[in-house]
Amino acid sequence: MTVAQGIFYLIAALAVAGGLGVVLMRSTVYAALFLILALLAVAGIYILLASEFLALVQVLIYGGAVTVLLIFALMLTRTGDLPEEMLGAQWPIAGLATSLLMGLLIAAVATSNWPGDVGETTIVPFNTLGEALFRQWAVPFEVASLVLLVALVGAIILARGEEGE
Amino acid sequence: MDTVAQQIPLEHFLVLSAILFSLGIYGVLTRRNAVLILMSVELMLNAASINMVAFAAYTSPEQFIGIIFAIFIITIAAAEVGLALAIILRIFRTRRTANVDEVAELKW
Repeated sequence: MTVAQGIFYLIAALAVAGGLGVVLMRSTVYAALFLILALLAVAGIYILLASEFLALVQVLIYGGAVTVLLIFALMLTRTGDLPEEMLGAQWPIAGLATSLLMGLLIAAVATSNWPGDVGETTIVPFNTLGEALFRQWAVPFEVASLVLLVALVGAIILARGEEGE
Repeated sequence: MDTVAQQIPLEHFLVLSAILFSLGIYGVLTRRNAVLILMSVELMLNAASINMVAFAAYTSPEQFIGIIFAIFIITIAAAEVGLALAIILRIFRTRRTANVDEVAELKW
C-alpha cells in the first residue's frame, strides 16, 4: 500500500465514521460535531483529488458557516433535556431500504466500466478556475448569487416574525 | 512517482460516496428532529459533490466542469440551510417543537 492509498483509506474511514455519528448519535450536539468531522474529511478527499480551491471553500463554508448555523438552530430549538425518543418507529424498514440501496449502488459501481488510466491528475490553478467561473459560467454564477440573495432575504423575513407577535 | 489517480481507482471514491449518501438517506428517514434531518441532507449533498469532483479529476481533468458543479452545490446548500433553519425556527416558535412527526396538520 502506498502513502496516497493509506491517506485515502484513513480519510474515507474518518468520513464514514462522521456520517455514522451524524445518523446514530443520541445527543444532537455530538451529531453536529460528527458532521464537522465528516465535512472536514470530505475536504481532505478534495485535496486528494487535486482541487484545493474546493477544499478551502468546503472548510470555510461547511466547516465554518453551515455548522455554526446548525448549532445555533440546535441551541434555539432546545426543549429541555427530556430523554425523548430520537428515532421514529420506522427505523428497521428505513435501515433495510437504505442497506439495499447501498448494496445496489456499490454493485453498480463495481460492475460498470469506468474510464480509467488518465495518466495524471492535473492541478487546476486558482486563476484558471476563476476565469472559467466568471467567463464561461458567468450566467449560472449570477443566477446562483440571486438564489442566495432571495433565500437569505426570505430567511430573515421568516425568522423575524410579525409585529406584535 | 505515480500520481494519486494511478494509485487509487475511481471506484473507491464512488463507493465512499455511495456509503455517505446511504447514511444520509438513513438519517433523513429515521431522525425526528428537523435540524438533524437537515444535517443528513448535508451529508447527501457532500456525497454528490465527491462524485462530481472524482469524475472531473478522472475523466476530463483539463475541463474541471465537475469542480464548477461542486461550487454551485455548495452555494445552493448554503441557501437551503439558511432558509430551512428559518422555517424550523418559525415552527418552533408556534409549536414549541422541532420534531417533524409532531407537525402533522396536513396529514389526512
